[in-house]
Amino acid sequence: MAYTEEELKKELETKEYEYGFYTDIESDTFPNGLNEEIVIAISKKKEEPEWMTLWRLESFKIWKEMVEPEWANVKYKKPDFQAISYYSAPNKKPKYESLDEVDPELLDTFKKLGISLDEQKKLAGVAVDIVMDSVSVATTFKKTLAEKGIIFCSISEAIKEHPELVKKYIGSVVPQKDNFYAALNSAVFSDGSFCYIPKGVRCPMELSTYFRINQAGTGQFERTLVIADEGSYVSYLEGCTAPSRDENQLHAAVVELIALDDAEIKYSTVQNWFPGNKDGQGGVFNFVTKRGLCEKNAKISWTQVETGSAVTWKYPSCILKGDNSIGEFYSIAVTNNFQQADTGTKMVHLGKNTKSTIISKGISAGKSQNSYRGLVQVNSRADNARNFSQCDSLLMGNECGAHTFPYIEVKNKSAQIEHEATTSKIGEDQIFYCNQRGIDTEKAIALIVNGFSKEVLNKLPMEFAVEAQKLLEISLEGSVG
Amino acid sequence: MLKINNLHASVEDKEILKGINLTVNAGEVHAIMGPNGSGKSTLAAVIAGKEEFEVTEGEVFLEGENLEDTSPEDRAHKGVFLSFQYPVEIPGVSVTNFMKTAINESRKAKGLEDMPAKDMLKLIREKSELLEIDRKFLSRSLNEGFSGGEKKRNEIFQMAMLEPKLAILDETDSGLDIDALRIVANGVNKLKSKDNAVIVITHYQRLLEYIVPDFVHVLHNGKIVKSGNKDLALELEEKGYDWLKQETVI
Ligand SMILES: Nc1ncnc2c1ncn2[C@@H]1O[C@H](COP(=O)(O)OP(=O)(O)OP(=O)(O)O)[C@@H](O)[C@H]1O
Ligand SMILES: [Mg+2]
Repeated sequence: MAYTEEELKKELETKEYEYGFYTDIESDTFPNGLNEEIVIAISKKKEEPEWMTLWRLESFKIWKEMVEPEWANVKYKKPDFQAISYYSAPNKKPKYESLDEVDPELLDTFKKLGISLDEQKKLAGVAVDIVMDSVSVATTFKKTLAEKGIIFCSISEAIKEHPELVKKYIGSVVPQKDNFYAALNSAVFSDGSFCYIPKGVRCPMELSTYFRINQAGTGQFERTLVIADEGSYVSYLEGCTAPSRDENQLHAAVVELIALDDAEIKYSTVQNWFPGNKDGQGGVFNFVTKRGLCEKNAKISWTQVETGSAVTWKYPSCILKGDNSIGEFYSIAVTNNFQQADTGTKMVHLGKNTKSTIISKGISAGKSQNSYRGLVQVNSRADNARNFSQCDSLLMGNECGAHTFPYIEVKNKSAQIEHEATTSKIGEDQIFYCNQRGIDTEKAIALIVNGFSKEVLNKLPMEFAVEAQKLLEISLEGSVG
Repeated sequence: MLKINNLHASVEDKEILKGINLTVNAGEVHAIMGPNGSGKSTLAAVIAGKEEFEVTEGEVFLEGENLEDTSPEDRAHKGVFLSFQYPVEIPGVSVTNFMKTAINESRKAKGLEDMPAKDMLKLIREKSELLEIDRKFLSRSLNEGFSGGEKKRNEIFQMAMLEPKLAILDETDSGLDIDALRIVANGVNKLKSKDNAVIVITHYQRLLEYIVPDFVHVLHNGKIVKSGNKDLALELEEKGYDWLKQETVI
């Protein structure tokens, strides 16, 4: 079948969400609504110390005074924050030493996702901390990590076991009052991951977490804190899928990274939440605050492949505080049907000789809207700061949109800022050329999209890159499966 | 090999091919010449199955099989190859990766496993030597930033890799320097056998000195207005097309 614009459009529309299923694990869920009592109840449920409860309450107070931001290039019906339940946890929450003890239903869910734990085990060197709904239900490879002094656990556990670290760093990069969703998250965060790499330690494996949103009408408020102590290195993988659902699901996560002197953090995300059906109903609202702080000679790289969510609002950022620190942002954002994504990054240059690189690849199909929003800020003290930004957009069909909003604020004359942007379209001629060589249209699109995204795909750890390529194909192709 | 009966094709209601008859047997080389806009590339595209062109009348047979409902990729799997007049760029996809995909897709269509990496490498080495292509070249993005001549040589490299039954070379000579022309023509000649056939579309006699045609056809205004042997090309070179245009009732 040769490709015409019309046909491609149809083909893309018929792609239904593959992972649309739902696991019924008995859960204990709070009544809908949010007030001080609920905040206290969450804290109590999680057996938190008083300082944490107070921190949550303070956040709640701040949140109440804030309004939802409207500057992003997205349109959606605002969630009713009183109609959401703020806590849901699987009823049984045993901690497993081995994967074999895990609830078979959960294992089954992972099999459906094509990321069965069997497969995970084979991917030697990957420790998986699964966050199912809000509570961690399985942690592996913990022993190997413990030998090196690496802490990798749920944030709830960290609050109890390592209060000095959590207390010192939580909110230090993303303050409670940072933005509406961050304040909300600070008040009600349910769970998430915590990771600490001691001085001079190179984490011997990729740390990986799979998040799932599983309970009907349960907002998910993950909190992640990664601390790389002086001279250490860690590569952290975060991957997400969610079951298909009629009503919108809110997700407002906060991720804080701290790279102390000479440390390096590589944070990779593959995000595939339910984007809504082809008529634009349902789908996850994804309002995420991700930010990293670099001390002297430190480096933080954000790599993300975003294929899911109905509405995405996400700007992984780097504060380049220390001299000679480096921030990187590599992103692929795919939107199809009625998806809307407003994503990008912020690079804040505070230290001298700081460097940042931004590579953003936006792919839009259907009636979707894909916006890149990036800020490069160079402070007056940041001598010899350098930034390179490249934003490429690929369009499929005539009904989608790609937008680029680059903001540059420079207060130091020695700064070197480069910005490049391109927009291209998958052409009939490209498709026919591939067809003529024996490559069908579906494969041709995958090939072209992969080629377009290559610079970013290359930044992902191997096993993630394979998964990401699969996701790109699934998100854009018609008759898969 | 190829049989075309009274082929009419149009785009946006504009008729471009107006009754083409052509028979190409295995082992033969046919040259198609004709003025700009006469429909040469359109004919090539219709044989390859480009759906932008609507076939309003007539048929195309490949080895006795009517291609009417055959997709471009299936035609490729059956051994049709088109060397494009204007090869398309695919950023980020290396020549090697593109060829690997093309070969394995064809194998898949025939129920075969992917070609083992070892064999693929051997094939690439062999064919790139045949066309005197620098191996570094193969890791570059397909046609992106290639010079005109490089694009054409790359087309013939792809042909060599895919070993088609019927190869249509659309102005492969334009853009090639004298040495490259010789290399490319040599390559085509080496790939020629009694089991395959080549259609060469060209404006110049020069290429036909290297790739000697068994038949030469002149396409004018969507019809083959004259056919002959290789001497016809020489005659055209000398006299141009005017005398033919006058001979033909339009
Ligand atoms: N997609 C199209 N839409 C409209 N007209 C077209 C289209 N494709 C081809 N044509 C027209 O059909 C005619 C034949 O074009 P074609 O490319 O086949 O000529 P050609 O013989 O290959 O010419 P050249 O020697 O210049 O390569 C031209 O008048 C061209 O403008
Ligand atoms: Mg032409």
